[in-house]
This record gives sequence, structure tokens and C-alpha cells, in this order.
Amino acid sequence: MRPDDRFYLPSHEWIKINGDTGIIGITDFAVEELSSGNEGDLVYCDLPETGRQLEDGETFGEIESVKAVADLNTPLAGEVIEVNAAIEEHLEIVAEDPWERGWMVKIKLGNKDTSKLLDAAAYEDLLAKQN
Amino acid sequence: MKETPLHDLHQSAGAKMVEFGGWHMPVQYGPILEEVRCVRERAGLFDLGHMGRLSVRGADAVRYLDRIATNHVGRIPQGSIRYTLFCREDGNPIDDLLAYRGEDEVYLVVNASNTDAVLAWMEEQRAGFEVEIDDRTPRETMVALQGPAALDVMNTVTEGGEVEGLGYYKFTFATICGRPDTRVSRTGYTGENGFEIYFPNEEAESIWSALLEAGAGAGVRPIGLAARDTLRLEAGMPLYGHEIDEHHNPIEADLGFAISFAEEKGDWIGREALDRVRKDPRRKLVGFTTAGKRVPRQGYDLFRGDQAVGEVCSGAVSPTLDTNIGTGYVPIDLAGPGTALEMDIRGKRQAVELCQLPFYSRTRK
Repeated sequence: MRPDDRFYLPSHEWIKINGDTGIIGITDFAVEELSSGNEGDLVYCDLPETGRQLEDGETFGEIESVKAVADLNTPLAGEVIEVNAAIEEHLEIVAEDPWERGWMVKIKLGNKDTSKLLDAAAYEDLLAKQN
Repeated sequence: MKETPLHDLHQSAGAKMVEFGGWHMPVQYGPILEEVRCVRERAGLFDLGHMGRLSVRGADAVRYLDRIATNHVGRIPQGSIRYTLFCREDGNPIDDLLAYRGEDEVYLVVNASNTDAVLAWMEEQRAGFEVEIDDRTPRETMVALQGPAALDVMNTVTEGGEVEGLGYYKFTFATICGRPDTRVSRTGYTGENGFEIYFPNEEAESIWSALLEAGAGAGVRPIGLAARDTLRLEAGMPLYGHEIDEHHNPIEADLGFAISFAEEKGDWIGREALDRVRKDPRRKLVGFTTAGKRVPRQGYDLFRGDQAVGEVCSGAVSPTLDTNIGTGYVPIDLAGPGTALEMDIRGKRQAVELCQLPFYSRTRK
């Protein structure tokens, strides 16, 4: 069962809320789609500048593998306050641990309304239907 | 979605399967870059059951094909194979294909995605010609064994050394994996030495397994479509829908070697249009490398300063060249090797440098 301490988008991003901060990353399913479990297959990640304002659902960057590029979308609106510099040269971190060490951006939340997001159970349902 | 006779074997081997040209095919069994290296260093086995296989017979077979194909079919020696294209009147291709000149038949292997379009076109053009067109695709299948170890492996599964002396772009019929009279060609889509083998669907699993077993010592592995695409790109080979399609003609794609304007061939569909292009080509297919991390992909624009000058057709991470590579069309005057351009990825630019194709050649190292 995927972590239930966070919310999900159907496009396989997650957001974990700590007070006024949201931490955003992608799920193991997204990693698998891009790289089929081969860490070496993730080649590039484009993350935003700090200070950038994001709307609900806005595309803030891209992640690229050997065979595909995928948009990165924020589940909730907010201002980018930190970006995970560690993964830039080491994308395998995202493949190894997409839930913790592989986080991508932190935002100061402009919107805390999670009602339109999927919880862990709903995300699992979505994945089950995809298969 | 159609399935090749080897479909279940791929799934058991843990392949990631995707839809391709209407078929459910293995895209990778493991890391793509490792599959590419396996073919370049050892050898790989490819399921090509998705490709179209057609047989053209009848008194007018060659004359008919000379009407619809760009190459001079009448001059293909028996036992030889030629790369060719079927084009429309406007000179743009319906497909690229291989034509095998047999004793009383011309055998054609066409792209999976275009098989239906090719058959429809052939039906449309056959009036007045005494020809029989047999679509063998549902009953016969094919595999490819490609890489430096391919010949050794083929020799162990072929009776009588039939394959040892088989020249490049030639085919014969030999006893392979115990099956007599099996078509085998020295062709491939990787730039490596290799063979393609053709047989009825019922034999597929046993031949595939026999080849993997015979190649086990040499490190032969099954290879998926993703690696296949990288290999053909490294070898400078076009893929329909990328370097050539209904808007990109074979002259500007540098495929002049497959196009004949010889009088003896007679008039053919697309001749006039392609004659005009060859006298006044506007753009050229080029290769390029890029030192940045982004991978070139179809549809990215190519810029020279502020001016959009072309478009990317294909791109890949090349483990053989240890850089990212791509192809694209640029105006003739910008097509020289060394020309510095940029590719645009959603507003962000990455430098590219034009180079000659192919990126990789087995014979020119």
C-alpha cells in the first residue's frame, strides 16, 4: 500500500502537507512508467526556480528518461520555496526512493483544499483500473 | 491488438509490452541501453512478426512492381534483396520496404504500421497486370539475429554451411534449426552483421528457443523495440513516420540509392515528382549530436539564432557514441557537418551540432 500520509494526482504526482508547506514528488508508478525499473534510464529533470508561483495543477517542470518525457504537475497552488538540488545530478535517487529522498519541490501552500485530490486508497483504485 | 506467435514467450520473459503498429510487442526486457550494448558487443534476437510479409507472383510481377516501387526491380539479381519505397504521385512514400527477388516470386517485407495501406495501394494499382498478391503475414513470421556473434550462432543451427558464404543483402533457403527450406537473408536494421529468418507461425517458439539456446554461450539476449529504434538510428537508417512519411520524400531523406530514373525501368508512380525534387532539393536530412542531457525527440524545432529552420525526426540516448543523437531536416545551405544549431524543448534551448550519417558504421571504425 502506498503512503497514506499524502495526496495524489491521476498524473502520478504526490503532495505531503506539513503545516503551510507542501512537499511534491512523483510515485513509484511514474518512475516505473518512465524507466521500467532501470535507474539508469532517468536522464534529466527540469525543476522550477524558487519564488515561482504555481496554480493548482500547473506544470512546473519535466522529467525525462531514455524513452519519454513527462510533465511534472503541482497538486496544489503555492510558491516554490525549495528545490531538491541533490537529485539533479543523481536522478537514480528518484528511482530508488521516490517517496522520501526523491522529493522534488517544496511549496508554501496557497491552497490547502485537498478535496479534489486522491487519497492513497483512491490512487490505488486508479492504478488497479489502469491495469 | 494482434499478437505474434512469440507473444507469450515475451511475457514469460518479463518483457514490457506495448502496442505498435496494431501489434502487442516487447518494447524492452531490461534496461534499453544494455540491450543496445548487447547487440553491438555480442548479439541480440528480435521478434519481427509484426512486419508485413507479402508474396507477389505472376507473369507481370516484376513489371508491376517496377511501376509502383522506386528502385529498378527488373535489375535485382535473383537471390538478391533491395531496399525500396512505394510512393504516391506526389513523390511522398506510402512505405519503405525490402524486395527479395526469387525464382518466380518477389517477396516483400513492409512496416507493420503500413501493411494495410500497402496492400490497399497494391490492389489499387494492379489493374492491367497479371499478378497474384499473397499476404503471408498472418501465417508466417520472422526473427532477426544481429551482432558480431550472429554468424557463429547461425552456423551452429544451420546445416551444411549454407549461411557462411551468404552475401550481404542476399537470401537463400537452408535447413535452420532442423527445418529444411527455410528462407534466411543477410539483412538487418541495426548496422551489425546479422540474419533474418522466416518460417511458419507453428515453428516460431521452437526456432526462437533454439536460437537463444545456441546463442547462450555467446551472451545472446532477446531485444525489444526501444533498443531496435536506437540501433537503427545509430546506423543512420530511416524509420517510416519519422525520417520519411507523407510529407517527407526519399530524395531529401538521402535515399537516392533506392530510386531509379533509368529509361529501362519505365515510368513509375512518383517519378516525375521525385525528378523535380532531385533537380531542386530544398531541405536535407541530417544527423546531429548534442552534448546536453535532454534527448532529441520528434517534433522539437531546430533553431539558428531566432529563426526556426527545421524539425527533429528522431532522437535517442546513444550508448555506442556516449552522447545523445538525433536526425532532422534543415535547409540545404545549413546542412553541412559541424553546423551549430539549437533544438527547442518547450521554449528551452540545447545546442546541437550537425554531423554525417550514419553515426555508427561497423565497417568504418
